Amino acid sequence: MRMRILEISVGAFILAGILALVGLALNVSGLNVSNTEGAYTVYARFENIGGLTPRAKVTMSGVAIGEVTEVVLDRDELVARVAMNIHSDVDFLSTDSSASILTAGLLGEQYIGITVGAEEEYLQNGDYIEDTQSALVLEELIGKFLFNEVSE
Amino acid sequence: MDQLALLGRKGLDKLAAFGRAGMILYQSLVAKPQPLVMFPLFVKQIYFIGVLSLIIIVVSGLFIGMVLGLQGYTILVDYGSEQAVGQMVALSLVRELAPVVTALLFAGRAGSALTAEIGLMKATEQLSSLEMIGVDPLRRIIAPRFWAGFICLPILSAIFAIVGVYGGSIVSIDWLGIYDGSFWANMQNSVNFYDDVLNGLIKAVVFGFVVTWIAVFQGYDCIPTSEGISQATTKTVVYSSLAVLGLDFILTAVMFGEL
Amino acid sequence: MTQFDDVVIDIQKLSFSRGDRPIYNEVDIKIPRGKITAIMGPSGTGKTTLLKLIGGQLKPDSGSIFVDSKNIPALSRSDLFNVRERMGMLFQSGALFTDISVFENVAFPIRVHTDLSEDMIRDVVLMKLHAVGLRGAHDLMPSELSGGMARRVALARAIALDPDIVMYDEPFTGQDPIAMGVLVNLIRRLNHSLGHTSIIVSHDIQETLGIADYIYIIADSKVIASGTPEELSRVESEQVKQFIQGLPDGPVPFHFPANDYEDDLLKGNR
Repeated sequence: MRMRILEISVGAFILAGILALVGLALNVSGLNVSNTEGAYTVYARFENIGGLTPRAKVTMSGVAIGEVTEVVLDRDELVARVAMNIHSDVDFLSTDSSASILTAGLLGEQYIGITVGAEEEYLQNGDYIEDTQSALVLEELIGKFLFNEVSE
Repeated sequence: MDQLALLGRKGLDKLAAFGRAGMILYQSLVAKPQPLVMFPLFVKQIYFIGVLSLIIIVVSGLFIGMVLGLQGYTILVDYGSEQAVGQMVALSLVRELAPVVTALLFAGRAGSALTAEIGLMKATEQLSSLEMIGVDPLRRIIAPRFWAGFICLPILSAIFAIVGVYGGSIVSIDWLGIYDGSFWANMQNSVNFYDDVLNGLIKAVVFGFVVTWIAVFQGYDCIPTSEGISQATTKTVVYSSLAVLGLDFILTAVMFGEL
Repeated sequence: MTQFDDVVIDIQKLSFSRGDRPIYNEVDIKIPRGKITAIMGPSGTGKTTLLKLIGGQLKPDSGSIFVDSKNIPALSRSDLFNVRERMGMLFQSGALFTDISVFENVAFPIRVHTDLSEDMIRDVVLMKLHAVGLRGAHDLMPSELSGGMARRVALARAIALDPDIVMYDEPFTGQDPIAMGVLVNLIRRLNHSLGHTSIIVSHDIQETLGIADYIYIIADSKVIASGTPEELSRVESEQVKQFIQGLPDGPVPFHFPANDYEDDLLKGNR
């Protein structure tokens, strides 16, 4: 009899642990289970990526449509090149879309926001986004400000 | 000169102890598995080590989560960033507090119990009896406790984390009036399952291994008198705590250093 | 030392030391089959160590221990396992496993070494418990037993597999007269009815001399005397006489080495 109570409680204990893990996965970290649809890769070059890191979000109008997978130095163009995974069902990004590096909130992390253009053709796997806006760098901002001040 | 010799002798003794600890680790774990006999023993140990630690883990987790919520709010409200309380509570818990505090509480409750139990078995010659009957006490007594400790700590750590997050949410949402939508959304946006939750669990597994190893060794190696057992239990708690904190630093540096 | 017809344990030139302290120095001991042999000596001379050496728990520094022609220190793990099936040991404190019942304690060696069915195990366990007079206690937990009862259960456990050799580690220490009488009676009866070899390690002169067929006295890491109880009572050696008669002073001195008594008292606070 005692053994039975023991076994039941051990089973319940392990179940509680698994549930805790599932809870952590879904509620706390927002793990997206439905991410098995597949994704295609799109590239973009930036003058300055600021604090952008891999796994940063890629959004359109604030909605997440993918994530940054790689940030490297492009040897030919001598600028930064960012690789992004876009969800397969977001297949309406026109070839003249623009990508900007934005900051979430004052102290927040950086992410990429994409705005669609007017072209009829859409970006495919391996395409480049040409129109890019680099991250705001504080020194350049101050420089611009001073330059404007001086010229007045 | 005498002091130096004494120091040298102590150092060698510690090294010898470490060697013995390594040997019992090897002899307990590396052997032909006998599932029929070992599984019930293993289950019994999970009960004593894990299930009986649940209360202290849940209560501590709840309180720590609530304190984090409270303190977090107080600090962030000065920057106007009180909406970030959710992610602060969740990240602190999942990355650091859940594995570390669970391990420290575990060392105090289950670790000392393990050491005392094994030490007492040694003092009352139960371990010798087992040997004379032809059963290896390392396989029968030590190994099930080893595996149980290994498994229990990650489970306890996950439970601690979720209970803590819940506690933090009660404080933030119900008492301090944070909007629950942004609480959870901000949290989910900044806690990454692989980088944060899984890394926290990996820490818990490592801590479980180390704490159980220390507890079991101190019991097996102790001087078989009541004074010896008491010393061994103290050593378990002290060494385990130091090891957990030291390893936490190393693991944190490795896992989160680049971010 | 007399020669025996049938020697079950033959210890030759055994040497064993713990750290720097020599416990045994080239000791020769022969244990006759089917008899009760006692190993005696002052405290701390390593009598329990001898039992552990015979059982293979400790390895000697040099020398051999032949049990039925098998040299214990040289045996492999599986061979040692088989030899241990033929040995039973009663520890000083009983050493019952505290987390299982009396029944399970006695059944333990049976389950380890044999494949008997539950019915058969139940029969054997109850028979062994009956032999020590505790059949009615089979459902109790060790914590519910008195010291004497615990030792009897441990004895039942030691003889569960009908071993050829039963070893008793200080069985008479700290027992009240009734419990002592029960135990002495049991040891003698079991030895005669089951025909096994009994080895008793003790420093209780009275009881041991009354029950042993042959005695070895060990001191200073050597055997200082051996023989039947009657032979030993006639031995001339001062050391042996002091031990057997329980004299407070003799070769083992009463006073711990100290300064002159008068000087110590007159010097005041020192």
